[in-house]
Amino acid sequence: MTGLGQIWVYLAASPLTWLAVTLLAYVVALRLAALLGNSPLANSVLISATLVILVLLATGISYPTYFEGAQFVHFLLGPATVSLAVPLFRNLAAVRRSLLPIVVALVAGSLTAMGSAVAIAWAFGAPLEVLASIAPKSVSAPIAMELAKSLGGIPSLAAVLVILTGITGAVVVTPLMDALQIKNYAARGFAVGLTSHGIGTARALQVSDIGGAFSGIAMALNGAFTSLLIVGLLALGWG
Amino acid sequence: MTNIPPHSLNPNDMVAGFVVLILCQLAGEALVGLLRLAVPGVALPGPVVGMVLLLVLLCVGRKQAGTVISVANGLLGVLSLLFVPSAVGIMQHGELIKTWGFQLLVAVVASTLLTLLVTVGAFLLTEKLMARTSA
Repeated sequence: MTGLGQIWVYLAASPLTWLAVTLLAYVVALRLAALLGNSPLANSVLISATLVILVLLATGISYPTYFEGAQFVHFLLGPATVSLAVPLFRNLAAVRRSLLPIVVALVAGSLTAMGSAVAIAWAFGAPLEVLASIAPKSVSAPIAMELAKSLGGIPSLAAVLVILTGITGAVVVTPLMDALQIKNYAARGFAVGLTSHGIGTARALQVSDIGGAFSGIAMALNGAFTSLLIVGLLALGWG
Repeated sequence: MTNIPPHSLNPNDMVAGFVVLILCQLAGEALVGLLRLAVPGVALPGPVVGMVLLLVLLCVGRKQAGTVISVANGLLGVLSLLFVPSAVGIMQHGELIKTWGFQLLVAVVASTLLTLLVTVGAFLLTEKLMARTSA
């Protein structure tokens, strides 16, 4: 038993183990989603992360130890974000035709994302630092953390809220839009990309190529718009 | 015996395509660094700027685009996987979630639904108005 214990101590400290657990959880999540008929509720980010968290809690492994292995997967987010130019390029003609709807939806959606989250949390009596952390919840994590910090919020809480917003949007977008009988996949993609950044875009790409393109552009535009808006307000001496 | 499929992409082309993606990201990070010198406090991720740079490259040089597109499609095919490490990070915030979990969850879910509806509504309404004015 001590021999097995020693092997575990060795493996638990090895980044390879946590890289393997991350990939394995994803494979299991994909199988599980297939079993459930690829229901949008069986979101692969949600299932994989839940599985990994259960393993880490059961084995008492800390997040930093886990991340030493998982960072190799995390690192690819950068080049994958750059890759979003490809669906955008493929659908450039459609994007050009939709410039005005894009601008109107960007301003309306971005203000709703920030305003409604802050208003609801405020109604619950959340303190100022929590309000500052929830404001940028619809933009990708690195921007949100930076903006939360400059507003006097907690960057790590902002990151958690960003992930929750991403998963929520990715899970609800298909049933919601289907229920409303909205068949314009450019508009659906734009909405989920603006609301749920990259996690929403990953979902949009699973549904349609044009949705993925509009989702990617919405994510980029909302990141830039939210950032400029908050930095602008702070520069005017508000907050 | 199982059939082993031929390479869908030449390995050297795969590396070349990946290099283009990484260089776009690197150039994006550099541009963001310069922007922050000019406007302190502004937050824009390098990869998003890199995406715009790749779009420009694709529009300009269509000939060499094939390899980048294959590698990019491969990465986008597993985009969900790439978010798993960050999502696992939620486990570090047990205390915060215990204190504010329910209220924050309600705020996030309600605001997410509202944002989806307002965004898609604004998009479709503008399209409809445009169609009416041009008709």
